[in-house]
Amino acid sequence: MPATPMSKAEREQGHARVFDLSQHSLRELNQALHQLTPGSNETAWEVLNPKGSHSVAVGVDQPVSIDVRGSVGYYCAGMNDGATITVHGSAGPGVGENMMSGSIVIKGDASQYAGATGRGGLLVIEGNASSRCGISMKGIDIVVHGNIGHMSAFMAQSGNLVVLGDAGDALGDSIYEARLFVRGKVESLGADCIAKEMRPEHIELLQGLLDKAGVTGVKASEFKRYGSARKLYNFNIDNADAY
Amino acid sequence: MTYRNPPTTPRKSATFDDYTLSEIRRAAATGIYDIRGAGAKRKLPHFDDLLFLGASISRYPLEGYRERCDTSVVLGTRHARKPIELKIPITIAGMSFGSLSGPAKEALGRGATLSGTSTTTGDGGMTEEERGHSKTLVYQYLPSRYGMNPRDLRRADAIEVVVGQGAKPGGGGMLLGQKISDRVAEMRTLPKGIDQRSASRHPDWTGPDDLEIKILELREITDWEKPIYVKVGGARPYYDTALAVKAGADVVVVDGMQGGTAATQEVFIENVGQPTLACIRPAVQALQDLGMHRKVQLIVSGGIRNGADVAKALALGVDAVSIGTAALVALGDNDPRWEAEYNALGTTAGAYDDWHEGRDPAGITTQDPELMKRVDPIAAGRRLANYLKVMTLEAQTIARACGKNSLHNLEPEDLVALSIEAAAMAGVPLAGTNWIPGKNGF
Repeated sequence: MPATPMSKAEREQGHARVFDLSQHSLRELNQALHQLTPGSNETAWEVLNPKGSHSVAVGVDQPVSIDVRGSVGYYCAGMNDGATITVHGSAGPGVGENMMSGSIVIKGDASQYAGATGRGGLLVIEGNASSRCGISMKGIDIVVHGNIGHMSAFMAQSGNLVVLGDAGDALGDSIYEARLFVRGKVESLGADCIAKEMRPEHIELLQGLLDKAGVTGVKASEFKRYGSARKLYNFNIDNADAY
Repeated sequence: MTYRNPPTTPRKSATFDDYTLSEIRRAAATGIYDIRGAGAKRKLPHFDDLLFLGASISRYPLEGYRERCDTSVVLGTRHARKPIELKIPITIAGMSFGSLSGPAKEALGRGATLSGTSTTTGDGGMTEEERGHSKTLVYQYLPSRYGMNPRDLRRADAIEVVVGQGAKPGGGGMLLGQKISDRVAEMRTLPKGIDQRSASRHPDWTGPDDLEIKILELREITDWEKPIYVKVGGARPYYDTALAVKAGADVVVVDGMQGGTAATQEVFIENVGQPTLACIRPAVQALQDLGMHRKVQLIVSGGIRNGADVAKALALGVDAVSIGTAALVALGDNDPRWEAEYNALGTTAGAYDDWHEGRDPAGITTQDPELMKRVDPIAAGRRLANYLKVMTLEAQTIARACGKNSLHNLEPEDLVALSIEAAAMAGVPLAGTNWIPGKNGF
């Protein structure tokens, strides 16, 4: 049974539809979100007491805003397609996996594989992200205010990963066309990942991402760019040592 | 007069046979291992090593062509709100667009729909050709996640989480740059002309507990409507089946080492994994031990060729089989009418397996616009439907002879083995004995 339907007066006052996961199930929440249709006036949602639940607000495909008050488990906002989802806490593994569009903001930290295989949209992590951040990313933009762990952007295909802090080992291993911008130090680069020149178009792109992510007091010129050396794009036996 | 030793007959080594010698020379000349498509070509214990015991006095046969023998199967009865109902227990295995041409994917959809069964997408994502022509479509959720999106997830009738593949358990794949057309590149979000590596593992989970939560996510996204399959390569079928069940699978797919692939290393195809026959009983045993046999359905694939193979697999306890290579042959793959062109490629009809090179004369495993015109999706779809019909009739014929009014009533007691190896693998007695190697007598 859907929780707490919003009255017309509440809607007009900008009140959100509230789902308290201590009283209602995850299934009820996700079902209600999936039943939204284009043009729905239920544009603001609030999720209370997530308490580490997995799969909170997954598969949302309407441009609504969802505020999750607390920390979540695995795969929060997975495959998001158009929604603006804010987690006022930390996120477990796989937050925003395979996101198509929209935006996700994590006010705390994120665990492993944040934004994995994401194809579009913006994922902002205001704390740190763990290993494999942006692994196999395919068009998503990810901005991490803190540090990221090892093996991030492994096999990253396209999109942009911006890290204001430091990056762990094997950054961008076997990277394709994704762009990586790191302000701090990089523990080590993975196979076929190299530091690249920051040209004006990259400064412009990065500044735009920082602005979209609400980052202030940081200049794009403070970052280094990393990307693919493109030596492993076509198999060549002379590169066997790289495998 | 000079004495000459009598000539001896030249003797070639069984270890260093002609094929092995040619491979050594090829490796020495090119510096790279052989990459090819299809499945294991070495001789392996297989369904041919089993025989059915038709009915006489101790069993009562059904009348062929008169008494009904049911072939339908329902997949996904454990959790899914919308299980899949198929008319025949033979499905079409996942084969990617990119590896296969668009017309070939369309033909698979047409043939399967005519036959009342399903097709399965592949690494290239979902194509309109296949969705448009396949009444029942299984959407693969693959490690590479090429083309993966929630809209297609919702357009699918079932979701298959691919963990492994029989031709290469634990292996990834590589679609060589020459097959990457504009469309394939766009679907995979990668530049045209570069090799597209398919990962060997899912990037966002690392073990069975993660898989369980991943399946929960997929169910939540699709509102618990669609069956979730988990596909594993036939390497450790007992444990992998048990863990797939534990993770919440509705259907477990076990792909034996005769199962095909678009392309991987020959040495991998021939040396990793277990024969399909050896995978079935452990997988069934895992389901039985968990009390989930027939509750979680089991699909087995890898070298299924005819109705006898279907009937034998079902008798050993599976709910359905899946075909890949055989379906491609039904469409026209390796057809002798292209023999001259196969010869020009240095091979012969029946042996062509360089599917990754994109020059398939039959127009099936290619993205060449001229070659793919050779596949008429309607005619090829009809051929596939004919083939599926024949397989089903063959299986029914055998089942009736064993006194069964449903293919699913076939049982291990209907089988004997011709070799000790097959008897041990299948868990059925050696013909003429009551001996099941590894088990006590009756």
